[in-house]
Amino acid sequence: MNRSSDGRTMTTVPVIEMADVSKIYPLPSGDVLALDHLSIRIERGEFVAIMGPSGSGKSTLLNQIGGLDVPTSGILRITGRNIRKMSDDSLTDLRLNTIGYIFQKFNLIPLLSAYENVEYPYILKHRCNDTTGRVSKLLADVGINKRMAKHKPAELSGGQQQRVAIARALINDPDILLCDEPTGNLDTKTGAQIMAMLTALHDQGRTVIIVTHDPSIGAQAERTIRIKDGKVES
Amino acid sequence: MKKDIILQISVRSIRLNFLRSLLAAIGIVIGVVAISSMGMMGANMTMSVTEELSAMANVLVVKPDSGGGGGGMMGGGGSSSDDDYIDKDQFDDIERAAGKYGNVYPLYQESDTIKIGDEERRATIYGMRDEDMATILTVANGTLPQTSNAVVVGPTFAENNDLTIGSRITIGDEDDEEAIIQKVRVVGILEEKGMSMDLNSDNAIIMTEKAYTGLYGGEGEYDQVNVILYDIDDADTATEAIEDQLNRKEDEVQVQDSSRMMESITSTVSTLTTFVMAIAGISLLVAATSIFNVMMMSVTERIREIGILRSIGTRKSEVLRMFIYEAVILGLVGAIIGAIMSVILGWLVVLAMVGTTKYFFTFASLIYVPVSMAIGIVICIVSGVYPAWRAANLDPIEALRSD
Repeated sequence: MNRSSDGRTMTTVPVIEMADVSKIYPLPSGDVLALDHLSIRIERGEFVAIMGPSGSGKSTLLNQIGGLDVPTSGILRITGRNIRKMSDDSLTDLRLNTIGYIFQKFNLIPLLSAYENVEYPYILKHRCNDTTGRVSKLLADVGINKRMAKHKPAELSGGQQQRVAIARALINDPDILLCDEPTGNLDTKTGAQIMAMLTALHDQGRTVIIVTHDPSIGAQAERTIRIKDGKVES
Repeated sequence: MKKDIILQISVRSIRLNFLRSLLAAIGIVIGVVAISSMGMMGANMTMSVTEELSAMANVLVVKPDSGGGGGGMMGGGGSSSDDDYIDKDQFDDIERAAGKYGNVYPLYQESDTIKIGDEERRATIYGMRDEDMATILTVANGTLPQTSNAVVVGPTFAENNDLTIGSRITIGDEDDEEAIIQKVRVVGILEEKGMSMDLNSDNAIIMTEKAYTGLYGGEGEYDQVNVILYDIDDADTATEAIEDQLNRKEDEVQVQDSSRMMESITSTVSTLTTFVMAIAGISLLVAATSIFNVMMMSVTERIREIGILRSIGTRKSEVLRMFIYEAVILGLVGAIIGAIMSVILGWLVVLAMVGTTKYFFTFASLIYVPVSMAIGIVICIVSGVYPAWRAANLDPIEALRSD
């Protein structure tokens, strides 16, 4: 079974389309309005930074865009598909095919080697091993050699892990690269290398969304969306 | 090449926590060994007992119907009340009805006081026709009695009373003035026969018909008639034939079929086996708890990993599968080691408890190995279901946040 997406054919459709989106977390002490009638539109090929202080609703927004969570109200379309109408399996498939995640803590699977980490989403999608050499090519592109590719994540440095994570995010050729503080756990130099890599990916035509609180990172994006108290500031 | 990455992760998780997983699997090993060796012991015991009993189960014992329908199964009632006997005509009828199915012979039986040296005690005394003695009895030492003052004794009886060829026994109560006293001499000691329905010759005095009727009278008034069947499968047919012949108008005799006793003993053994296996099954319950515990630990430790897997596109069902695999692997490893060990230990248990392993490598015995393996694996899967379900249904956002 092939779980490939059909989103890419509709080129005029924005990759992210949020209209009047709210997210309410019901708590015993009262409902928390994490996203307050938010409207955002991100076109294909954009390089967007979503910025805001902690508690601004930034993470909640990221979870909505990443298909990990669904809004309480409003319309959220990812590559044209309304995620509020999707089943858990469809949402999972959306994350597999349409979104490439890059996390602050790298989030590689500790039991798998670097190579297998990159291959993992490929196997989930294609139900077979990669015989096209795509995994090796992506690893080479991010600067991970064959010897390093055999190592487990714990045996790699933070920078190397994040490179592997980028290769993993790209393996299923996603519509959106979603980066959550991608340099947050790296030193300045390594962080700069990772940012250069993401900028290069954008230059190749990919949609890159970076969520960060670091203004220097945000400045490297084409467009910045500022979030405060669950609303778009500018 | 097709590769199940989900299975790979399960295998690696087990390898990573090798010791913990091994300890959990040992629980299953013990459970499987306990159940299968107990089962095998029961099966071997049943087969062994069945064979031993079938040697003596080929006997029909015909007794006069005492009206109450009672009468001990073991044929050792001992009292021959004046009215309760099988007469010569009835014996002829029995022989006519059952003669073609087996060897029919009549038996006199009495329990009487005897005196050996100065010691008085009671003993079972049988009277047999000369021709029956020749076919039924086997003498280990000496000869069969020919005269009225000669007897043969069973080996147990001889041993208990220090009797040898030539020993003297006084039959009859010397204090009872009405009793007839007869002094007899032991001319033969019988071979050991083992437990038997028809004639417990091992612990008895056996004399000729003439000697017996001389002592107790009642010639032609037999206490029981035995049919030693040529083929045990004829038991029902022969029983019916005898009952048709004699019990047409009223119940003159009752026929005791010793294969019934065998059935009841076999069923007792299998009930016991089931009971012991159920106790052994408790060890599997303990194993289930430890598997459950290990699985819960595995899930708790890997919450973050589950979050990662879910966020990058692993379906709930795939996470579920990952943890079920883990339980299945633990179960399989435990069951396979358990199976190997239960063949070894089972063999030893059977040797120790049953005394023979000649039935060990039979289907009825070895079937307990795959059965207990299956039980072990199923228990593992059942204990893994809840932890796996929990893992699959974790909120990926919450899971990612955990450390």
